[in-house]
Amino acid sequence: MSGTFSQDQEQEQSAKASLGHYLITHMREYGLLFALIAIMVFFQIVTDGTLMKPINITNLVLQNSYIIIMALGMLVVIVGGNIDLSVGSVMGFVGALAAVMIVKWHWSVEQTIVACLGCGILIGAAQGYWVAYWKIPSFIVTLAGMLVFRGASLWLLEGQSIGPFPRSFQSLSTGFIPDFFGVGRPNMTALAAGALIVAVVLYLGLAKRSRNRRYGITDEPMAFFTVRNAIIAGAIMFLVYSLSTFRGLPNVLITMGVLTIVYAFLTEQTTLGRRIYALGGNAKAAKLSGVPTERLTFLTFVNMGFLAALAGLIFAARLNTATPKAGFALELDVIAAVFIGGASMSGGVGTIMGAVVGAFIMGVMNNGMSIMGIGIDYQQIIKGLVLLAAVIFDVYNKQKQG
Amino acid sequence: MAALLEMRQITKTFPGVRALDQVSFSVEEGEIHALVGENGAGKSTLMKVLSGIYPFGSYEGEIHYAGQLASFNGIKDSERQGIIIIHQELALVPLLSIAENIFLGNECATAGIISWHDAFTRTETLLKKVGLTEAPSTKVDKLGVGKQQLVEIAKALSKEVRLLILDEPTAALSEADSQALLDLILELKTQGVTSIIISHKLNEVRRVADTITVLRDGATVSTIDARGRDISEDRIVRDMVGRDMAHRYPDRERRAGEILFDVSNWNVTHPEHTDRSVVKDVSFHVRAGEVVGIAGLMGAGRTELAMSLFGHSYGRNITGQARLMGKELNLSSVPSAIKGGLAYVTEDRKELGLIIEEPIHRNITLANLPKIARAGILDSSQEAQVAEDYRKAMNIRTPSVFQKVMNLSGGNQQKVVLSKWLFTDPQVLILDEPTRGIDVGAKFEIYNIINDLSREGRGVIMISSEMSELLGMCDRIYVMNEGAFVGELTADEASQERIMSLIVTE
Repeated sequence: MSGTFSQDQEQEQSAKASLGHYLITHMREYGLLFALIAIMVFFQIVTDGTLMKPINITNLVLQNSYIIIMALGMLVVIVGGNIDLSVGSVMGFVGALAAVMIVKWHWSVEQTIVACLGCGILIGAAQGYWVAYWKIPSFIVTLAGMLVFRGASLWLLEGQSIGPFPRSFQSLSTGFIPDFFGVGRPNMTALAAGALIVAVVLYLGLAKRSRNRRYGITDEPMAFFTVRNAIIAGAIMFLVYSLSTFRGLPNVLITMGVLTIVYAFLTEQTTLGRRIYALGGNAKAAKLSGVPTERLTFLTFVNMGFLAALAGLIFAARLNTATPKAGFALELDVIAAVFIGGASMSGGVGTIMGAVVGAFIMGVMNNGMSIMGIGIDYQQIIKGLVLLAAVIFDVYNKQKQG
Repeated sequence: MAALLEMRQITKTFPGVRALDQVSFSVEEGEIHALVGENGAGKSTLMKVLSGIYPFGSYEGEIHYAGQLASFNGIKDSERQGIIIIHQELALVPLLSIAENIFLGNECATAGIISWHDAFTRTETLLKKVGLTEAPSTKVDKLGVGKQQLVEIAKALSKEVRLLILDEPTAALSEADSQALLDLILELKTQGVTSIIISHKLNEVRRVADTITVLRDGATVSTIDARGRDISEDRIVRDMVGRDMAHRYPDRERRAGEILFDVSNWNVTHPEHTDRSVVKDVSFHVRAGEVVGIAGLMGAGRTELAMSLFGHSYGRNITGQARLMGKELNLSSVPSAIKGGLAYVTEDRKELGLIIEEPIHRNITLANLPKIARAGILDSSQEAQVAEDYRKAMNIRTPSVFQKVMNLSGGNQQKVVLSKWLFTDPQVLILDEPTRGIDVGAKFEIYNIINDLSREGRGVIMISSEMSELLGMCDRIYVMNEGAFVGELTADEASQERIMSLIVTE
């Protein structure tokens, strides 16, 4: 009897220890989520509730959509062990190209979109070619690309702004999904979509848990699973509710959401994604294991070019004009978002969800500080320090574990 | 003779692990003291305590060095007192020259201005001492691992060494180079240098050591006085593993079948200096179920031959034919080599074999992802199952297959690499130094795995710098020298002497 008793006690103790251990080893993921929540609460208070007003939530989504879209591509590039400094310039260039095609050459919106996305792919391929097959450091190739495409957009626009765009093009960014239920406000389509997403997230989470249990994979403790999912579900419902009381779901949110899911799936569940992580983790070992390292590196850049072009179209549609300054220094925000999200400079580490949350952290800070009326000077300083703090936190965690 | 070093009751704990438990260890002035034990026995930890990498105060116990209580706070402190440690992982800067490396942090300079003339002439003398003929201006990355090791020793000599600590100095060296290195250590002894040598190679320990201390599980098991006495390897092994080890190599039945893999007239040139021929007209074959060894000195071209076969991963202007069961193979890329039935376990586990930051299961499946995927989508449950199967079959010691391979010992890491290749179901495995840096117990397990593979009718090509290992494991041994095959011996004919004489007469 006493033997059983002490055994129980031991088990209980080890369960407690493992709960704490779990939190420590997964500090990064939870830390990131809690940091985002803390930052939102903070700005909600200091802006007297302006941050989470429906109109501002809608703005937040519109303002950050192109950063998030590019962060998806950047995460893949960085996981593959490279970096792309040219995305801001490429984005500006594609926006300028779209303006020239539509306004000057009178191309149709569809033709323009296809041509611009194709152009992004070509730009990515051109840069990726040198990085992948000639082994020229990506930092240098894309630094050159940054200069080239900054110049190219100036040349295309002849230093002027070109606009406006037709309505159908603008709706890429500022359009909203109409309410199919006819209620209008709150927008029932938005609410329904939100509920559907929450259901899918919960279903996938539970399915994974039961599968993990079957294979004896040590899983997240139930308490954490519940709390985390409650927070995520709450956040999604809050987001869609806010949006529904304004103008409903922005088109760009759908684009962004679908892309995020697609890329999260690609990186985590496919052979393609797995091989990119292996490539970034140890390129030589990956190559000797039959991973086509050159082709994958090339593809990460092609993909980045495509997403940068898409971001360029969305950005131009949002401003309703193409300016020579579009996308200036934006690559830094994108790269910062990916690193805040936990990616490693040396490659092989990082997640899509991390990059998206990282981008939102940057976005909320930008937005909140602007509402507070903090000058751009202080904003830059604060953003810089947050980036540094996030990376220090990473390194510190790693050392403690290691 | 007086004790130069006395470590008393050293205890060092890490979170959750007691790495050293009241270890006492004393070294006399002018002796060569061997420190042996399985991986994880605490040898490296003890040396890190000694050299100040784990600073004074982070451990319990006392260190007395040269009659004084030592309180080193870093490697600089211990180096100032003449304690020089040469680590298993070499600490050279690959893109700097030999001379720059030797005097790194200790430059021949006045007021910060380096005298290159001085540095080069001193380097030449030092290199001569360690038996290297390279020019002092040679970049270190142009040297093989073995020669880099000698540069490390030259570097230690430049620092007025009094106590030299060598952590696995011969692990990466060929037999002949190892002998030269051991002679060097004996030579240094006559000049008054005291050495501590950590090694897995017991024949070397027997040859040079005056005293042998055996560690097991963080505690001292025995200290053996070996002066003028012949201590048997079995005796040492018994203390190391805590049990008798009847045989160093498992018994194997020879059952060579039909010719499985054959290579004819294989030629490879250096990738940069294309006029330099690295593999010269090599032809050989492997039968089903046969273990074939390739013996040779460091730089003989064995790894280059293996890598050029495996998807042209090394060299240029590769010519020659390779056939599997008489059918011509396309080996022009790694994926086609894998598809052709080849697997290559690299010499350098951490750099070329594993993705060290990734977990075990992802390493095991990497070379054959399509097998656990449908239409490019991974089945993570199946993957976990596969990894779990290999964990059991290979006896990989880990709490879970989701652990990073970084956290495994060398032997278990090697089992992960072997699992990865077995998952591709290869016909022919090329194993390049498969037991390097692995302790005695794990070596035996690897040997058993190799025998299992041959029993399944696969062909195994084994490259090793430990001749006794080739003699103990192989059915047939090819001898390679300067890029060419200079001889072929069956297991019955082969002996260390015959292999050496084949190399030397060429």
